[in-house]
Amino acid sequence: MTQLVDAHVRLEVEDFLYREAELLDRWDLDGWLELFTPEGDYLIPPLDGAEGDPGIALHLVADDPVRLHSRVHQLLARSAWAENPKSRTRRLVTNVRAVERDGGPVHVRANFVVHRFTQHAHDSYVGEYDHELVRTLAGLRFARRTARLDHTTLRPHGKVSVII
Amino acid sequence: MSRLADCVADDPAAATFRVHRRVFVDADVLEAERRCIFDRSWLYVGHESEIASPGQFVTRNVGGRPVILVRSGSGDVNVLLNSCTHRGNQVCRAPSGRARAFQCFYHSWTFDRDGLLIGVPGQDGYGPSFDRGDFTLRRPAHVDSYRGLVFCSFGDPGAGLADFLGPARPYLDDALDYSVDGLEVVPGVQQYVMHANWKLLVENSVDGYHALATHHRYFRQFLSDVGVLPPGAGIMKIAGAGRALGNGHALIEAPFQPPVLAAAGGAELAEHRARLVDRFGEERTRPIADYARNLFIFPNLLLISNWRAIRTWYPAAPGETEVEAWGLLPKGESAALRRARLDNYISFLGPGGFGTPDDNEALEGCQRGFATHRELPWSDVSRGMTRDEPEMNDEEQMRGFWRRWAEMIDGPVR
Repeated sequence: MTQLVDAHVRLEVEDFLYREAELLDRWDLDGWLELFTPEGDYLIPPLDGAEGDPGIALHLVADDPVRLHSRVHQLLARSAWAENPKSRTRRLVTNVRAVERDGGPVHVRANFVVHRFTQHAHDSYVGEYDHELVRTLAGLRFARRTARLDHTTLRPHGKVSVII
Repeated sequence: MSRLADCVADDPAAATFRVHRRVFVDADVLEAERRCIFDRSWLYVGHESEIASPGQFVTRNVGGRPVILVRSGSGDVNVLLNSCTHRGNQVCRAPSGRARAFQCFYHSWTFDRDGLLIGVPGQDGYGPSFDRGDFTLRRPAHVDSYRGLVFCSFGDPGAGLADFLGPARPYLDDALDYSVDGLEVVPGVQQYVMHANWKLLVENSVDGYHALATHHRYFRQFLSDVGVLPPGAGIMKIAGAGRALGNGHALIEAPFQPPVLAAAGGAELAEHRARLVDRFGEERTRPIADYARNLFIFPNLLLISNWRAIRTWYPAAPGETEVEAWGLLPKGESAALRRARLDNYISFLGPGGFGTPDDNEALEGCQRGFATHRELPWSDVSRGMTRDEPEMNDEEQMRGFWRRWAEMIDGPVR
């Protein structure tokens, strides 16, 4: 049995997503990593609508915790050239919906636009978050963080070099 | 320069090889490339596994044209131009799927999977000379397959597909023999745009020299982070060969296995190799299974053994290139090994990987730099010209591409 969460929980989820966006826009990626459970992963599914999990379909990103930590490590060091110098980002997170399964994770969907500015580019990434959040003693945490892009092709972006 | 071929300055006596940077920025050059190279070359369309059963189709842009790659009812592989013979609209508008027929929504003309016109609303409005046979969907001038890889050419390619592939065939065979159970394109295509000239991606695709510099974060950080290498360690040198294979095809290779896959593949990967040995013997298995190879097929196809990737690209403009990439993975493996191969692929390759974004950043930086081409006209591609056995960090394989480019660029057209 599922039920829509009450307004109190939705506020809690929104607060979590807004705080996450702030951490990312400030490039506080170490702080952002703390929002994951030890097993939490980060996915960007393929753009052509191919179905299947990262064991079936070629995703754009399918970071298990080890790769996720490495991604952050790389982005904060100097040789992730696509992000050195670091781009500016500004994230808009809206239309937050949350469903809590009895005793299970909070399933969150929300719309996003991530604007990315470099000296040469302004890229807008548009899509829907599809997250599994769990409650821990420290608060909500990502068990699975999925960013589903609406783009059918990465034109003009060409790359997903920041966290979306 | 009256002849565009003069943009490639090959001087073996001086051991210099230079390319004039106008070839990366001039619209006239791109027009010549489209007419003299892309319209006269075998171009990759897709892999037969993508249309495994009758009615399955994918739509692609090949050589700047929209095409449909479709399996007919009798199992034939057809490449049809995706334009209604009546007034031009695209008769198939989905990227992939299954169809019994293709109906143009503009006036409801309907074509079967061999391109035959099978439906015309109000055909009595046409005169007695109207013949449906005149309105069959058009096809490229030439279509052929090589071991599952489908190619087409819109003009005279000068040689049959097998002869054109010729000197690259042994390497292509090694790539296609990688699985005794066959290979299949997995779901999920990577499509993206690079704001750089298409020939920069040709060079980059067979550039061993850039690997450890541009991809520092993959070779020095990532491989340690995932425990493949000790902390602080890194791959400092990758030694191998670079070869200009002829016909513009190019190869770099090194005895190097993708470390992430080697670490994750376990017993099943060893068993995979053992089956190759059973089939081909130890000596032939080594290049099939133990080598990292980037095999470039002129003018715009790349097979990368490290990730089992197929990549093709086409210029939308002098400074804009559309890229498509797929995974071509062994059939019949366990879910765990399939996942490991996919993880291996996207850890480096693609818009979200730890390699491709930095390649693109470098090539886009080159393209911006070429705005100085009147002050700084020449790029240098002479590395390794004095070496008897060119290495993968040399540029002989790129020179092979450029020599072929120079042979074709001044014509003939189609």
